[in-house]
Amino acid sequence: MNTVMQHATAESGAVVEVRSLSRTFDVSKPWLNRVLERSPKAFLKAAQDISFSISKGETFALVGESGSGKSTVAKMVVGLLEASAGEIRIEGVDMRSRRQSGQEMRELRRRIQMIFQDPYASLNPRWRVDRIIAEPIRAFKLESSEEAISARVGELLELVRLHPRDGAKYPHEFSGGQRQRICIARALASKPEFLVCDEPTSALDVSVQAQILNLMRDLQDEFGLTYLFISHDLAVVRHMAKRIGVMYLGRLVEVAESRELFRNPRHPYTRMLLAAIPDLDMTGTPRRPVEGEIPNPINPPSGCAFHPRCPLANDRCKRELPLLQDMGGAGVACHAVEEGRT
Amino acid sequence: MMRHPLLSVKDLRVEFPTRRGALTAIDGISFDLREGEVLGVVGESGAGKSITGTAVIGLLEPPGRIASGEIRLKGERIDNLPPAAMRKLRGKRIGMVFQDPLTSLNPLFTIGDQIIETIMTHLPVSEREARDRAVALLEEVGIPAAGQRLSAYPHQFSGGMRQRVVIALALCAEPELVIADEPTTALDVSVQSQIIRLLQRVCRDHGTAVMLITHDMGVIAETADRVAVMYSGRIAEIGPVRDVIKSPSHPYTIGLMGAIPSLTGDHDRLTQIPGSMPRLDSIPRGCAFNPRCSLTMDRCRVERPDLIPAGDSHAACWKLLETEGAGR
Repeated sequence: MNTVMQHATAESGAVVEVRSLSRTFDVSKPWLNRVLERSPKAFLKAAQDISFSISKGETFALVGESGSGKSTVAKMVVGLLEASAGEIRIEGVDMRSRRQSGQEMRELRRRIQMIFQDPYASLNPRWRVDRIIAEPIRAFKLESSEEAISARVGELLELVRLHPRDGAKYPHEFSGGQRQRICIARALASKPEFLVCDEPTSALDVSVQAQILNLMRDLQDEFGLTYLFISHDLAVVRHMAKRIGVMYLGRLVEVAESRELFRNPRHPYTRMLLAAIPDLDMTGTPRRPVEGEIPNPINPPSGCAFHPRCPLANDRCKRELPLLQDMGGAGVACHAVEEGRT
Repeated sequence: MMRHPLLSVKDLRVEFPTRRGALTAIDGISFDLREGEVLGVVGESGAGKSITGTAVIGLLEPPGRIASGEIRLKGERIDNLPPAAMRKLRGKRIGMVFQDPLTSLNPLFTIGDQIIETIMTHLPVSEREARDRAVALLEEVGIPAAGQRLSAYPHQFSGGMRQRVVIALALCAEPELVIADEPTTALDVSVQSQIIRLLQRVCRDHGTAVMLITHDMGVIAETADRVAVMYSGRIAEIGPVRDVIKSPSHPYTIGLMGAIPSLTGDHDRLTQIPGSMPRLDSIPRGCAFNPRCSLTMDRCRVERPDLIPAGDSHAACWKLLETEGAGR
């Protein structure tokens, strides 16, 4: 099944390659409870068998509802969370391999940075902004003199359309959008090539979201950045990404070019998600009602996890897990699509 | 005699006294809500949309207070009612749905207890009748096996199901108006559309008017009959939802609509409104939007615009007066 994702690698030298990435969390009760209540160990499979690759300068987005595992994947890709299985290669270097020297790992980490959802929680309230932004520069010893560091901080602040003088302020003196700009400046401080953005605008108002999304696009053009963009907002994802992966209960159910996904969604879950977006164009087209809610991930349905909510489900879907089928650069994990039952 | 609108808000002003003088959170807003109508109130955080809602149901957090203006429900003033009378009216004539269903339900009581208690507080029914009514309501909002679920606690429901319970609770005394403050913001997209549809359906069936407060234009487009766009404690534009969304008149509404990424258009740059909404202690003179507006004239900096007719809607912008004058 990985052939689907490899084509991009072969053509254009992918910056990021993720293969069969999985993460399982042990959510068992304490040992004594398990013994007394005779309950078995419980595991939550937050991400299972995730494969994708991102080529240089591209934006790849993961979209899904809460509990779909998109943030888990993001954390594994930057190395904040250990993967249970699978492979993450950044420019050919295996992130999980222990063979790399400390020096190589440091260099790799410099090239990957992350922007978090909540700009209120991700900045140290006791540090001035210039110290926050200078931290990666100092940590990776990118500049030697204090003058050079402060010049670089000023440059970074201007890059995110703030004033160099803002460096002397504390985070609480800024609005949510400005704080997210500071987070972006900090992420850019180590001159990364690959940015993982986990819901970077979800906490922001629409007009501020527009400013941040435009800024992120400008920076991408200017520095040739590669983005892994995580969001639950389909409109934002469509705006930002070239390719989109749709996640449901820890698995990728569909991968497609952004436009194609919206024009011609294949997986029943993707179709349901698209149908659920409120229609701002007010075309008045009747929308298919969406049934049910996301099941408990600790005890997911058998076969295809989406089958209890799927209008196309049959016996095979209840038994057998569908794998991501190659459909010319895109992929769908669905028996119904494969068999043409649509 | 002319029939009164269901809810009429006139020149409402809400202030928060502080040591450094009063902050005006709501600055002279007026709107009407007809029976059975859905009025969307949309705006970014800090625009005053939630405070408008809490002012109407008399739940302003102290020290916030209504400084002037009036709120009438079917012609009777309700903004100056004593707390006991307001408590009777709240729940009975005006229902509420808040953003987070977990905090609007008491975690220590079963949902049956909570619904039955509310019904018995407001309606002259026996406990048995109240129980039957509770089951009927839960069925109506789509809770499966409603009879058995009466004895379940709020934490045993999922987020979407909890919001259904809250909607049942808001409707249980047949109120004339429901104030829904961000009812779907805490929910996932697929569940969000279920809840919107539900709210729409049950309110239509019961003839209940809804004041729907949200930051999400999409939700408004799907649900509301009319919409009020708020900015800095004032109404920037109010009118039929189609007019406001399709052909907005106020520069702020125009910017806001352009800032929403489209699901059909091209991957163009989003319209950007420079800056952000002013803080309450530094609302600019004249039109509150003037420092961020690309069409600002001298008059905008000194004189605050009133709502001026623009097609079927009204917008608070001096530019409208000018283009109208030029057209004549």
